[in-house]
Amino acid sequence: MIINVLLVLMALAVIAIDRARNLFAVIVLSGSYSFLMATVLVALDAVDVGMTEAAVGAGVSTVLLLAALHLCRSEEAKPAHQPWLPLAVAAACGAVLVYGTFGLPAFSDPQAPIHTHVVPRYLGEAVRETGVPNVVTAVLASYRGYDTLGETTVVFTAGAGVIALLRRRKKRKDASR
Amino acid sequence: MRRQLVLRVVAKLLIPYIVLFALYVQFHGDFGPGGGFQAGVIAAAGVIFYGLIYGLADARKVVPDWVVEAMLGTGLLVYLGVGVLGLLLGGNYLDYFVLARDPVEGQHRGIFWVEAGVGITVAGVMLKIFYMFGARGTADE
Repeated sequence: MIINVLLVLMALAVIAIDRARNLFAVIVLSGSYSFLMATVLVALDAVDVGMTEAAVGAGVSTVLLLAALHLCRSEEAKPAHQPWLPLAVAAACGAVLVYGTFGLPAFSDPQAPIHTHVVPRYLGEAVRETGVPNVVTAVLASYRGYDTLGETTVVFTAGAGVIALLRRRKKRKDASR
Repeated sequence: MRRQLVLRVVAKLLIPYIVLFALYVQFHGDFGPGGGFQAGVIAAAGVIFYGLIYGLADARKVVPDWVVEAMLGTGLLVYLGVGVLGLLLGGNYLDYFVLARDPVEGQHRGIFWVEAGVGITVAGVMLKIFYMFGARGTADE
């Protein structure tokens, strides 16, 4: 029930983002969209993901978008073309994705393949094997340690990439203009 | 925004609790929700909040650039180091059982350091991106 209300609010936020031509309003609305998303995740008992969504989606990326807005004009320019082709592509992709969800098992179905493969082992043995009551942490850091190592490397690479892209401008101030 | 008294006072009240919550999420992640990624983001958000209210220059004094850049690499090296340590102590790469005499204790130790590495790198990257974006409009032009 509460999730449906939140999803309707999120849809309204998306429509408002689409209608708004002031980019400051767009940024604030997308921040509130992220907060609604975080609340949905908390309602689904995924507190870890909710925390991340609230901090990254609503917090840090809103600040970064505001910093980017500082560099450009705050009114969105009128589109040069009618958006019929992008609209058709987006609608087709959405339809395919919705069609795909019909093949998925029902929400929280205990017989779903994902719940019968390695999950019983994790839920049953994690506390005995790792001594960590939070199964999410046990899976993330221990059973799936390689995946998390890869993720950390991706985050590191993103930071290094931003440094490489933005720092060059500082040194060659005249050449890049 | 530097002269907004209300914002400055509220920020001063809130930031210690944000950083404390980040530490709680980091070190209590074994028992409650949370872990390195969330803790890193929350800690970075605390510093970014400080930078928004007091200005980027002051935030750079609190957490200087060289610290942020060192955090980027240190976290990843901690993570990789845990893996190599497992190799040196006779296990496989990222094997935690060998890190202490008791295998469960070793798991605890491995998870702790791995999460610490993730937290350090994530906080460093978030802060670095904020610093670089924030500095663009002011110092360059």
